[in-house]
Amino acid sequence: MSEILVLVEHVDGEVKKVTLELLTLARSLGTPAAVWAGPGITADAKAKLAAYGADKIYVAGSDDVVDHVVAPKAELLAQLVADKAPAAVLVAATAEGKEVAGRLAVKTDSGVITDAVGLREGFVADQSIFGGGVNVQSRVRRGTPIVAVRPNSTAPEAAAGAGAEEEVAVSLSDGAKAARIVERVKQEKGARPELTEAAIVVSGGRGVGSAENFAIIEALADSLGGAVGASRAATDAQWYPHQFQVGQTGKTVSPQLYIAAGISGAIQHRAGMQTAKNIVAINKDPEAPIFELADYGVVGDLNQVVPQLTEEIEKRR
Amino acid sequence: MNIVVCVKQVPDTATERKLRSDDKTLDRDAVDGVVNELDEYAVEEALKLKEAHGGEVTVLTMGPGKATETIRKALAMGADKAVHLSDAALHGSDALSTSYAMAQALKKIGFDLVILGSESTDARTGVLPAMLAERLGTPQLTLARKVDVNGSSITIERLTDYGFDRVEATLPAVVSVVEKINEPRYPSFKGIMAAKKKPVETLGIADAEIAADQVGLDAAWSEVVEFAPAPPRAAGTIVKDEGDGGAKVAEFLASKKFI
Repeated sequence: MSEILVLVEHVDGEVKKVTLELLTLARSLGTPAAVWAGPGITADAKAKLAAYGADKIYVAGSDDVVDHVVAPKAELLAQLVADKAPAAVLVAATAEGKEVAGRLAVKTDSGVITDAVGLREGFVADQSIFGGGVNVQSRVRRGTPIVAVRPNSTAPEAAAGAGAEEEVAVSLSDGAKAARIVERVKQEKGARPELTEAAIVVSGGRGVGSAENFAIIEALADSLGGAVGASRAATDAQWYPHQFQVGQTGKTVSPQLYIAAGISGAIQHRAGMQTAKNIVAINKDPEAPIFELADYGVVGDLNQVVPQLTEEIEKRR
Repeated sequence: MNIVVCVKQVPDTATERKLRSDDKTLDRDAVDGVVNELDEYAVEEALKLKEAHGGEVTVLTMGPGKATETIRKALAMGADKAVHLSDAALHGSDALSTSYAMAQALKKIGFDLVILGSESTDARTGVLPAMLAERLGTPQLTLARKVDVNGSSITIERLTDYGFDRVEATLPAVVSVVEKINEPRYPSFKGIMAAKKKPVETLGIADAEIAADQVGLDAAWSEVVEFAPAPPRAAGTIVKDEGDGGAKVAEFLASKKFI
């Protein structure tokens, strides 16, 4: 079967869950080959990639690949596309993953599909567009299919692959090094999962009422091992940092469980969370549009409901 | 500094958006058009940079005749002039052909800085800024929540999952902005009146040296095979909190094996 390249997402040497999802998906369509960009691959990381089906692991370990914005990763993948003639390239549909996909598409004269929530034979991709209102099947007509797949679209399943490591010497153009990352500022607090790849997301909105009160949202998220999100009303009021905003001008999440507390469910917000598998809403206003989406809804004061829920969860573990 | 802001007319998200049954492209006639929200932040940032460093702000839009409404709004905010890339041959262009056509127009206009929103509210692909940087061979400074220009050097704060990266490059460059970057101004009455006198140049594909076989529906690198409205979600259970709301949610979560 033809090789399918999967660009590995990794932080501090750890492979992110979305990569295991992509390897699982790739396995149903061909032979997965992981592509590791940057230094710091560990024996653990290699073992994990192999355990989820990577037949090959291409490693481009130079600092250059990660010290510049996006372009080097696209050049690395373009080089592999030319050398290995894969059947497709899969990346995570994160902001950066999509940018890599975009540049790679131009470089290889190939079609690109973003935000796929499923991928079938012939690389026909399922997408959910217009804020979840329309389901679309698309495919690439020209070149090597490049598909950015949304985190949480596939359940990761282990299946051993050979995991044969192959070093890749990538010769970057000057153009790829034109935008230099001079400093990385980490602001994320605690050990919560990253918002776009979390299986569980608990979001707070206008109803939370203050920055301090977000503590009860955080406590609930922590009891479930989930990420914290916020509506635009909450980030505009500076109750929660902007990078946690879920919605049309923020992040798109597609978790197994989405809990919306004190969020009315304006179209702007719905566009960012409507593809969640299960939605729970807690809101004082029985007319709030979020209840139209909710699998389970409680009309009530989140200040009572959320702490009680957290307590119940703690009791059950 | 010669700044070009790319703006896109998109359907108002408050209205129901549809695909056309004939060619599976967005039905633009069925909806009200508005300026893509993130592009308004891009216009604002361009105006701020002009105010600080001098120069000129040109608006570039690609789209059918109706897209002039978008141009008027940007001009009313304070942009100096506009270029409207409009040609029937462009209909149905995907991200690859759109980026190609826009890059050709940008080469013709000339620029020190291209600014645009990081994604549009209709297609939401988020690939156009990166594609433009690739096609123009200029540094990619995308997802900016802050932009500083000093002579020919430019620094941005690029939004990341863990916070932000500080990124440096030299002009010319392509910058995309996120909503955090500023607060777009409202056009004043004076601005609206002045906009009517500002020059708007219309370019067809021949004017911008765009190859006809690289744009439009037939050239698209990807295609929609099928589409259908999403089935409505099955009605959920809604309960009123009577002191046990949290416990009830816990029951629901347990039934779904989340706890």
